[in-house]
Amino acid sequence: MSQQPTSSDVALMNPPDAGRKIRVLIAKPGLDGHDRGAKVVTRGLRDAGMEVIYTGLHQTPEMIVEASLQEDVDVIGLSILSGAHNVLFPRIVNLLKQNGMDDVLVFAGGIIPPEDVPEILGMGIKAVFGPGTTLEDTARFIRENVRPSSGLAASSGEGR
Amino acid sequence: MSATENSVREWAHRGLAGERRALARLITLVENRLPEAAAVMRELTPHTGRAHILGITGAPGSGKSTLTNELIKEFRRRERKIGVVAIDPTSTLTGGAVLGDRIRMLENYQDPHVFIRSMATRGQLGGLAAMSNDVVRVMDACGKDLIIVETVGVGQDEVDVAKAAHTTILVEVPGMGDDIQAIKAGVLEIADLLVINKADRDGVERLNLHLQSMLNLAPKKEWSVPILKTVAAQGEGIAKLADQAEKHLTYLKQSGEYEKRERARLRDELLSRVREEISRRVLNREHSAGGLQEMLNRLEARSIDLYDAATVLLNQVAE
Repeated sequence: MSQQPTSSDVALMNPPDAGRKIRVLIAKPGLDGHDRGAKVVTRGLRDAGMEVIYTGLHQTPEMIVEASLQEDVDVIGLSILSGAHNVLFPRIVNLLKQNGMDDVLVFAGGIIPPEDVPEILGMGIKAVFGPGTTLEDTARFIRENVRPSSGLAASSGEGR
Repeated sequence: MSATENSVREWAHRGLAGERRALARLITLVENRLPEAAAVMRELTPHTGRAHILGITGAPGSGKSTLTNELIKEFRRRERKIGVVAIDPTSTLTGGAVLGDRIRMLENYQDPHVFIRSMATRGQLGGLAAMSNDVVRVMDACGKDLIIVETVGVGQDEVDVAKAAHTTILVEVPGMGDDIQAIKAGVLEIADLLVINKADRDGVERLNLHLQSMLNLAPKKEWSVPILKTVAAQGEGIAKLADQAEKHLTYLKQSGEYEKRERARLRDELLSRVREEISRRVLNREHSAGGLQEMLNRLEARSIDLYDAATVLLNQVAE
């Protein structure tokens, strides 16, 4: 990072047709009440220039997918520490598929045992970030893996 | 017809038919001013003009989102189909934003007739109002008949957003002291309804008197601005607020004010669209001969003045 941009730089970096901001939804599925990690990631991604929607604690898969649909997010980050990921993640992934939202990049974070990671990756969640992951790594991962555009051509929901 | 235009048409039809995912994507297109945006608005505009647009503004922490949530529930009982545009500020330093209003409105997630969209203020050339008005139009066309635009009432940009509503609600809370005077000064003039939220706190009467006296100072209008008390977290006073909002719309329509405001708003928007397009064209050829950069060099060298430099740039993009 070279130097801090001024506000007018930001305005110029974002002319009306230069496109878009990466939109991210950070959600806490399930019943654990620990959202410090989710909030740190929310702030960190904001500081990386993304628009981050934080929906708070105790989210059902239905709530998460509905919010992602209405907000037309490019990325969903799921933070979970309760151990219920094996139940909740597949339901979220399936609901996304049902809604034609397979092109949304999903990553997970929190406390997830290493032996569960291959299965999670197998169901289409693109990364599992445990404790110690830097915000820079998370932001870079998103930039490198996010769908190229929210235009119509890029949408998998088209022509359903 | 191009492939893009075909697919815009298809998405527009899906949106008009009430499909939520299509509505979400159409909003993305206009919000980001993607190349398809103009075609989207061409398809949707004939279907707009039916919704009642409520603007909710007030200082941070005044309870706008909670109030919005309660209004959603109240108007759902009245069988309205609801769209919400919740606006939060973009960080001027990083260009990012945390959009957290939605967190107060989660209980409506199973209702297919409630659609909530979070938006960041960004640094758009066309201004925030141009962007949010387009988003409102998309919701309007897609069948939402009550649209709530929630914004922080700070800065001219956001006052413009509130101004674009049919009915503007300014939310105040007791005990916030003089910090909010600045907001009042600008927004009080455009408020159609005043709400004292958190009215179970101390200082309600003081605030009431204060607001009353400020209203008395304002030029007399045909619509006398009511002051309503709510405790949004408890759902108190919401039905009355909704009644007054509906009453205000009736007043607008009966008095002819509705058409007047509509025309004034369209005028603002059209002019702002023209400004935006000019800026865009100027920026597009920023580095060409006689472009923005060259003018800046000449301005620095004092070999041209701002008037003439502007004329040079305008003549270039006028084709």
